[in-house]
Amino acid sequence: MNLDLRLNTSGDFYSQKFQTTKRDDTLILNMGPQHPSTHGVLRVLLEIDGEYILRAEPVLGYIHRMHEKMAEVMTYPQYLPNPPRTDYLHAMAWNWAHVAAVERLMDIQVPERAEYLRVITCELNRICSHLLWWGSYIMDLGASTPFMYAFHNRERIQDSLQRITGSRLTYCYYRFGGVYCDIDDKFISEIREICNWMKERAKMYKDLVTDNFILRKRVEEIGEISLETCRKYGATGPVLRGSGLAYDVRRDEPYSVYDRFDFNVPSYDNCDAMGRYLVRMDEIQESIKIIEQALDSLPEGDHIHPKAPKRPKPPAGDVYFALEGARGKIGLNLVSDGGKSPYRIKLRAPGFSNLSLFAEVAQGTMIADAVSILGSLDLVIPEIDR
Amino acid sequence: MMDIIPTQFIVIFVGLLAIMTFIAVNALILVYLERKVAGFIQRRPGPYEVGPQGILQPVADGVKLLGKQIFTPKGADSKLYWLAPIISITPAIVCFVVIPFGPFLQVINSNVGLILILAFTGINVLAICVAGWTSQNKYSLIGAARDISQGVAYEIPLLLSILPLIFMTGTLNLYEIVIAQGAWPWQWFIASQPLAFFIFFICSLAEANRTPFDLPEGESELTAGFHTDYAGMGFGLFFFAEYTYMTVASCIVAILFLGGFQGPIASGWWWFLAKVYVLLLIMIWIRWTFPRVRFDQLLNICWKWLIPLAVLNLLLTLGVIAIC
Repeated sequence: MNLDLRLNTSGDFYSQKFQTTKRDDTLILNMGPQHPSTHGVLRVLLEIDGEYILRAEPVLGYIHRMHEKMAEVMTYPQYLPNPPRTDYLHAMAWNWAHVAAVERLMDIQVPERAEYLRVITCELNRICSHLLWWGSYIMDLGASTPFMYAFHNRERIQDSLQRITGSRLTYCYYRFGGVYCDIDDKFISEIREICNWMKERAKMYKDLVTDNFILRKRVEEIGEISLETCRKYGATGPVLRGSGLAYDVRRDEPYSVYDRFDFNVPSYDNCDAMGRYLVRMDEIQESIKIIEQALDSLPEGDHIHPKAPKRPKPPAGDVYFALEGARGKIGLNLVSDGGKSPYRIKLRAPGFSNLSLFAEVAQGTMIADAVSILGSLDLVIPEIDR
Repeated sequence: MMDIIPTQFIVIFVGLLAIMTFIAVNALILVYLERKVAGFIQRRPGPYEVGPQGILQPVADGVKLLGKQIFTPKGADSKLYWLAPIISITPAIVCFVVIPFGPFLQVINSNVGLILILAFTGINVLAICVAGWTSQNKYSLIGAARDISQGVAYEIPLLLSILPLIFMTGTLNLYEIVIAQGAWPWQWFIASQPLAFFIFFICSLAEANRTPFDLPEGESELTAGFHTDYAGMGFGLFFFAEYTYMTVASCIVAILFLGGFQGPIASGWWWFLAKVYVLLLIMIWIRWTFPRVRFDQLLNICWKWLIPLAVLNLLLTLGVIAIC
């Protein structure tokens, strides 16, 4: 047993673990951290034999910002902008996780209108996230045109959200006990218009992109992830639903007012990249359904609890809040010692679990397939590295 | 004094100069066209800042490439590394020597014109192989390996698809092949050989490394493939060569299948250029609407579909010729 616990600082992961076990007739390809299809700063080490991948190993740590540690030295309101910056594509959900955990610990009642506003903005942000994934995934497969159409859609949603929340990407809209400001009639009519427009667009996307012959050849039966593998690595979100298990936190462990809306949880049991693709495309439509229902039954009232604390000081205790993000189950564990800042915050990033299964799934595939699988997992690296 | 230099030599010299001017201007037009068409397909304006409607954008791009540092990667064989782009562009220029632009617009009316073009376009594979090998970069190496197997595989159906035309006309002379077709569309070989046209067009897309067969430079997998490490004019020449090969391919398709410079009214070089640019526009259109195929699918298309179809087409044509 090796009892020397000193850190081996000669070389890096690559030279210590990966290269020493390389076969003589293979090539090691270092994909990333700067590579067009690893989206951000993910580094994937591949051992390849011709076009085939024998081993794959994701290497993390290039964008670690210590978000969890930062929580321990910041007061609760100071930490508000941090969680949205972990997953910048579904910032609302992370913002919500932080706010809701504090509310649960302090037992703050959120006004009904605020809950509805949270649902509407969170779902809009989910659509934005899925659209961006869609555009960039098709780009990974070599077609750059759908990207522009996805961004056109996304841009209009962002324009509307910008008026209300003040930001376009890393939203910090939710506050302890409600939301930052109320919405107006203009926002409601804009969102209704966008929802109708998105429904029309969905048909075009299906005809021109999803049903394209070459695209189907590139995603069908590629990267099959069995339900067993998903369970082993703790994969959630569209990856799990694409493997046949319709698990959605919004429906199975309802939080906020999600139990009042009628929506489906799409799932496909073909387990391949196409399954994950279709789940996300369907989810955009389900989110539109939720938004329309929420707008129809939007109650009157305060947008924030009048007695909500500006500088909360939760009692000592331990709380966990989980919600459904665009990439899977987002969890936030908060431990408070009764002080002004949290004692400890642990973030559960769905992307980390989803990325973990890549090494197993990519074995024996081709380089182009590995890119396709990596894209179908919908990774946001800042969320994984935090 | 003038007697010492043969007339043929002067004709070739002037012709080459004219051809180089043509392909330089053509490349500028194609860069502009590509970006404008891409803009149109992607619902954005495309270049519009430099010059009226952005027509000076390709010139600005060229100046930018010229101004870049000449950089050779560490460990690369610098002589071969810089030779590769030159090997790539030179045969493309030579190809135009035998192309009949109009009834009297042809530098050399060679009896083996078709063979000459096919032989010279094949040299491009060598250039990419050298570029990938000497770059000392794994992405370049994989890109080059892909290009070699792609080039070798698609050369076969390319040749097989034009053999029926050679049997029908009994000549390899491009001018005579054009004359063998009539002025009207139903007299062109696209009417009698639609399958050969289809196969030839797909193969020329693959030979020119255009989407959906742009695997040697597959951006999302290999960053930039065989020209990952080239900067400035090294990259510029590869880029230039790609457009020139596209134009060569369109010229051959226009000559073999679309009646070359012949048209229903007023035959001449304008008909030829119109056909070439329509074909180039189709290539650009395909590039901006299709995803890339995978490598094994690329080879499957060739070996399982194109080659058997080309052989079948050849046998059918031979049968018809034998009976008639």
